[in-house]
Amino acid sequence: MVVGLLVVGGLVVASLFVGQYDIFGAEDGAQMFAITRIPRTIALVLAGAAMAMCGLVMQMITQNRFVEPTTTGTTEWAGLGLLLVMIVAPGSPLVVKMIVAVITAFIGTSIFFAFLQRITLRSSVIVPIVGIMLGAVVGAVSTFIALQTDMLQSLGIWFAGSFTGIIQGKYEPLLVVIVVVVAVFVAADRFTAAGLGEEFSTNIGLDYRAVVLLGTGLIAIATGIVTVVVGNLPFLGLIVPNIVSMFRGDDLRSNLPWVALTGIALVTVCDLLGRTIIAPFEVPVSLILAVVGAVVFIALIVRRS
Amino acid sequence: MITLSSVLRRYTSEVAIGPVNLEIQQGGITALVGPNGAGKSTLLTMIGRLMGMDAGSITVAGLDVSKTPSKELAKTISILRQENHFVTRLTVRQLVGFGRFPHSGGRLTVEDERIISQAIDFLHLGELESRYLDELSGGQRQRAYVAMVLAQDTDYVLLDEPLNNLDMQHSVQMMQHLKRAATELGKTIVIVLHDINFAGHYADHICALKHGEVVALGTPEEIMVPETLSAIFNTPIDVIDGPRGLLACYF
Repeated sequence: MVVGLLVVGGLVVASLFVGQYDIFGAEDGAQMFAITRIPRTIALVLAGAAMAMCGLVMQMITQNRFVEPTTTGTTEWAGLGLLLVMIVAPGSPLVVKMIVAVITAFIGTSIFFAFLQRITLRSSVIVPIVGIMLGAVVGAVSTFIALQTDMLQSLGIWFAGSFTGIIQGKYEPLLVVIVVVVAVFVAADRFTAAGLGEEFSTNIGLDYRAVVLLGTGLIAIATGIVTVVVGNLPFLGLIVPNIVSMFRGDDLRSNLPWVALTGIALVTVCDLLGRTIIAPFEVPVSLILAVVGAVVFIALIVRRS
Repeated sequence: MITLSSVLRRYTSEVAIGPVNLEIQQGGITALVGPNGAGKSTLLTMIGRLMGMDAGSITVAGLDVSKTPSKELAKTISILRQENHFVTRLTVRQLVGFGRFPHSGGRLTVEDERIISQAIDFLHLGELESRYLDELSGGQRQRAYVAMVLAQDTDYVLLDEPLNNLDMQHSVQMMQHLKRAATELGKTIVIVLHDINFAGHYADHICALKHGEVVALGTPEEIMVPETLSAIFNTPIDVIDGPRGLLACYF
């Protein structure tokens, strides 16, 4: 754990000091540092931890290792909500966009869970396929609406998850996800029990539906906010919990710090890569995550079967 | 005492469980036996409030299972279902620890840890306690689930075919563990069994079900009678007085 903290700490510091602007040489270096580097790094930490933990909670609730907000349509729903706000009320403040995105993410996730209950064949691969299909449908609807309203480009920019535009004044809403992170920690045992099934939960006196509802709400809040502020961070919630589970099993309470740390580390590494490989330009972090994530996802499926 | 009065669950117009009126005595092991589809598991899951009923009522130690808050019931009854294939990777000790959830709400006290260790020792799982469930054999895993139910420390324990997938040795050991739990810990254990001979040897009471109705209830000596068994199982069954007690012969 100490080693893990040190590694993540090192990455965070690296994130603070990597970039084109010479923060030591230039006269307004300290100011630039405060305006861009610190917000960006805070955003990396919060988004990484929150999305990884959401993936874990979702995997517990569905009892499936292959789901996370981007393979179940949750992010697409949040995107759709965001698009609707941009069309209906283009000048709305960030808070309104976030709230709408959270609501649509909640609706979408609930639809996915409702779908799952009707599917008899709940094999491990079918579940994410259903999710990805749902997401694709919602994504297509979004694209169509965006095409009709000349919003396609804005949609694309919003969706390509990137920390480039995270500066002072834009990242603060992300602080709300701290609440989600804390809530997941508090309810950790409940989610583990839910992961053991409805009958198991009922036996130990838990209201299974309430736990699922709580989980859905937390996932929706985190996904909605991260989607609006940062964009799409594919596969993060998928890779991280699976890696942690391989090494440490699935006791949620003792794993959560690890999931959070690994999530932070992964996003930060991908962002650092994105910032450096074609410097002075940047590659969106979502692109790198998608490449890494897709490889790990396939490796996991192959390993299982 | 577990009391079922006019318990009914309807599937289709032809297929229904009940109406069942039954009193299960406190203490000892009560075995539910009967042919496939007789409604044994359904009845057990209804007593354990995992499934609702269409009519009638069930009380366990005076608590109405459909009205008492689930959280309260979890301190009085525990139920272990037949299929337990978890995706979740937990160690034996973590799983057993969940038995304490109704009492401690997830934050284990020193007392909880002591009870967990006791349950683990009771089922001789000491050496396996830090192993993951998916690394265990079927018999060991089954023992871990039973340890969890014991850690829940309820007066009533309901088990749905705990001998499923166990070989002869492990089946016998499991029944001996349960017998000890009933006598040493004073639990009331209701168990669905497939093999009438296990029921005849280890149970204190046998309740036979057929077509969703109770057709016989009594001590093993009262039930282990050729005519009674043959009628229950639709198979000619002889009962012989073996070296270790009554044995049903159906081959």
